[in-house]
Amino acid sequence: MSQTLRQTKGGRIDRSRTIRFQFDGKTHKGFEGDTLASALLADGVKLFGRSFKYHRPRGVMAAGIEEPSALVGAGTAGRYEANTRATDLFIYPGLKAVSQNRWPSLGLDLLSGISLISPFIPAGFYYKTFFGPPKLWMVYEHFIRMAAGLGKAPRAADKDAYEHRAAFWDVLVVGSGPAGLAAALAASASGAKVILAEQDRELGGSLLTDAATIDGQASEDWIAAATTSLLAKGGRILTRTTAAGFYDHGLLNLIERVTEPGQAPGADGLAQRLWRVRAGQVILATGALERPRLFAGNDLPGVMLSGAVRTYLNRYGVRTGQKVVLTTDNDDAYRTALALAEAGAQIVAILDSRAASAAGNSLSVRRAQTRLPVHFGAKLIAAKGSAKGVKSAKALIDGQVTNLVCDLIAVSGGFSPVVHLHMQAGGTLGWNETTGAFSPDVSRQNQTTAGAASGVDGLGQTLTSGWEAGLAAAKTLGLKGGSAKTPPACAEADDQACRSLADWLPAPQTNLKKAFVDYQNDVTAADLDLAWREGYRSVEHMKRYTTLGMATDQGKTSNLVGLARLALAEGRPVPSVGLTTFRPPYTPVTLGVLAGEHTGAHLSPRRRPVLYPVHAAEKPIWQPVGYWHRPRAYPQGREDLHQAAHRESLAVRTKVGVTDVSTLGKFDVVGPDAAAFLELVCATTVGKLAVGRGRYTLMLREDGMVMDDGTVWRVAEHRFFLTSSTGGADRMSAHLSYVRKVLAPQLKVTVANVQEHWAAAAIAGPLAKAVVENLMGEGAAPRHMSLGFGPLAGIPTMILAASYSGERAFEIYAPSHQIGPVWDAIVEQARGLGGCLYGLEALEILRIEKGHIVVGGEIDGRATADDLGLGKMLRPAGGFVGATALGRPAMSDPQRLQLVGLEAISGTIPEGSMLVTAKGAVPCGHVTAAGMNVVQGGSIALGFLQGGRARLGDVLTATSPTRKQAAQVKVVAPVFYDLAGDQYRD
Amino acid sequence: MLLIHCPHCGPRAQAEFVFERPLESIIQIDEALPDLIHKLYSRVNPKGPSWELWRHTYGCQSWLKLHRDTHNHTIHAVLEIGQTQDGGDA
Repeated sequence: MSQTLRQTKGGRIDRSRTIRFQFDGKTHKGFEGDTLASALLADGVKLFGRSFKYHRPRGVMAAGIEEPSALVGAGTAGRYEANTRATDLFIYPGLKAVSQNRWPSLGLDLLSGISLISPFIPAGFYYKTFFGPPKLWMVYEHFIRMAAGLGKAPRAADKDAYEHRAAFWDVLVVGSGPAGLAAALAASASGAKVILAEQDRELGGSLLTDAATIDGQASEDWIAAATTSLLAKGGRILTRTTAAGFYDHGLLNLIERVTEPGQAPGADGLAQRLWRVRAGQVILATGALERPRLFAGNDLPGVMLSGAVRTYLNRYGVRTGQKVVLTTDNDDAYRTALALAEAGAQIVAILDSRAASAAGNSLSVRRAQTRLPVHFGAKLIAAKGSAKGVKSAKALIDGQVTNLVCDLIAVSGGFSPVVHLHMQAGGTLGWNETTGAFSPDVSRQNQTTAGAASGVDGLGQTLTSGWEAGLAAAKTLGLKGGSAKTPPACAEADDQACRSLADWLPAPQTNLKKAFVDYQNDVTAADLDLAWREGYRSVEHMKRYTTLGMATDQGKTSNLVGLARLALAEGRPVPSVGLTTFRPPYTPVTLGVLAGEHTGAHLSPRRRPVLYPVHAAEKPIWQPVGYWHRPRAYPQGREDLHQAAHRESLAVRTKVGVTDVSTLGKFDVVGPDAAAFLELVCATTVGKLAVGRGRYTLMLREDGMVMDDGTVWRVAEHRFFLTSSTGGADRMSAHLSYVRKVLAPQLKVTVANVQEHWAAAAIAGPLAKAVVENLMGEGAAPRHMSLGFGPLAGIPTMILAASYSGERAFEIYAPSHQIGPVWDAIVEQARGLGGCLYGLEALEILRIEKGHIVVGGEIDGRATADDLGLGKMLRPAGGFVGATALGRPAMSDPQRLQLVGLEAISGTIPEGSMLVTAKGAVPCGHVTAAGMNVVQGGSIALGFLQGGRARLGDVLTATSPTRKQAAQVKVVAPVFYDLAGDQYRD
Repeated sequence: MLLIHCPHCGPRAQAEFVFERPLESIIQIDEALPDLIHKLYSRVNPKGPSWELWRHTYGCQSWLKLHRDTHNHTIHAVLEIGQTQDGGDA
């Protein structure tokens, strides 16, 4: 079999350029310009896949993005795209496509047996199983999961790159058919900057199927001239670009396919591009989609939309059938019949549901009547055939049931304007009862609709409507226009209207259980009728109950057929049963293109402290803290993390350690009202702080919970230095701004975030003071909670004497760009005294031992200062953020979770474990941080316990069912080292 | 995505801004407890025009008052905090 159904000439394919590709492992040939569907159809392939629920054989229904049936997987690992429409995939050399939903193979699908039991899986099957005994659901679930799922999600990481671009244009035209091109030309000629988006790979829309004469030129030449003109005026044309979503304030997302599904990109690696376009005016020239009709077996391979049959013939040179039956309610199908007849196919019958008197008097109808078997008032009852395609049709002609032998059934159930973007933009619709079509009524945004998308019929009107929309858009933008003259005009013979007369009623003899409405989700007319009988009257309920329109095609061809069925059951007109919501995206969008560049290391910023390279030379274990990367430990030799952290913490307890605290949140608060401002933010006393002194402080949220902690230092009478946690620095920055600008704009104070201006080294341990004084001179080390200044290694520094580790400690601050020599001098001095560097893991061990709380650990957004045992620090007079909320009764409940210490009696306390009573295992709290006693050894932890401060001495179980670990623990005060605080004072 | 006209930076995408709260839910330092509880936990969710506090966090970082219609996203006014619609101070 090789291209047996290909016409010898005609169409927009390049017969001189053969492309080889694979479908289900078999090599096929097609031509440049072919879609996967057209190339396979030309090769005589009819079966493309199996249906979702019943595994019925399915072929190609359409010729564009609306295809519900011919879904394939394209590409190989790392580039595999599931559920790609064979009609929306232009072949390329090396394409590997596979059919879906079949097992073990397309030809032999064992699950197709499911269609035999289809009477037992009716509409709402899933919901109904929930009413049965739970044990039965276990049986159903296995069965459902085996059969469910459309396509296979790729497992390999995406190899390709995606990018985002923003664009601002006067006018965005979506669609490049006759209306879109005319609109773009008119707007452009009026002086507007125009961007044109076309989802196909070439411009022209319907003109690619139905060539015409426009302004005396062949449409092909007219399109080329329009392209040249648009580009010459500075316009931009994006092909293979789908307008997927229309959002608020004139924003549209355009998805540009740089490569075809599964295709390897060029040297830049770019597969797709997301354009975020804001345009002054948007013109939607998105055309219309043909609808199928209801008859039994309307899903068989060989049943195709009439317009698609014509597209395959005219655009791709593929005659999809030799003996053809057409069923229609409009004139457009006659054009298909005539084209097929001219190409040598036999037209078995044209079944027109309209009465002879109602049929259009168009050129096509008149010509067809003279030479083809046209039957008015006729309908199709059933298509008969197999996976190999249609073999015959059962028709109702002149009241008689007649069998017709055929290999192709071309169907036209009228046209639905593509109103998706208009509706996403918040527009409303009007209903045309005659044509059975919703078309745009009121636009809510700066947007209009032109051509078939607006319900216009016939090429002449389409061109005019596009032209007028383009002029109107330019006028709205205040552009007077220069060269815009008269709209493009087509030859009279090409101006053929569809003249649809909507007919929703299937022939009375039709078996509705085989008459599919939603092909992709296998929803039949009988399913809809059943749902209605079961009480699902709202369109939204019916949609969810039956899954109508919920597949990847979002019911593009099927929704209106389903609505009409519901309207019929309700005995109400179609518009009164309502529409389901049109949501973006218009066609499926690859997640990769939405993520764009923001993947992997580019997902979030990576902030490196200024000393990063200095640390890197020590080869530490790194730890992310917020966006920052800080050393977690500095292993020596073969040490693991825990061994290194223990050595480092022991050094701090016995000698001296140095750590980088440059990432702490730091704020410079200056002004006559600086103290008053800080008393709003800090829950502790600030105003009474003497110059040169500092305090530990807490910042609360408005609901009274602790938000962050830090230290506040009075550098001068009207100047304070405030620190906060590394991870909470950005939140604290926003909070300070909120208090200053929103709550207390009257205060004379400025706040500068100086987090990255200052870098700092913390020196902790019994020998810390010696390190400072050896470097800076006798008496240079300030008292605990005091600050000082002085040069170190020739660099001006600020020294804060504060301790987190529980040892005598100093934080030495220097301007970030000058920290290098300061750090080097401190580390050299400390090492000379037997000290070492320590990282976050040692810091964690040390602070647990001291019962010092940490943001994200004990400060978890649910704890008050009192819960943390710090209630006495709060200013009794109140007047700070969060003070009032502390008056809520629940805040003083004695059974609140309170911070306690935990000592293991036996075993090791598991991280993140829960606390349960020793008898009865009643949950009563949880562990926030587990560590060890540095000097004496033994497992210790901090945790929250209900009414914990009154339960010291109790024995509980700390258990982690997920880790399958548990320990017996004794409740103690949350401090395990140096209760009196002698170590950090002078 | 909304297009918000920052008085300092001009038209910018919503992604640069952070919604803070309805203007009427700002809790003053001396707020009485019942009012505080209402503003924290039982905020109204108006359909229609509403004054809101936003911040141009990923831009100039200024605090802004937006008069936004929650029903159709029309933004009627964007003012700096402390500014009134007629250009005076509030």
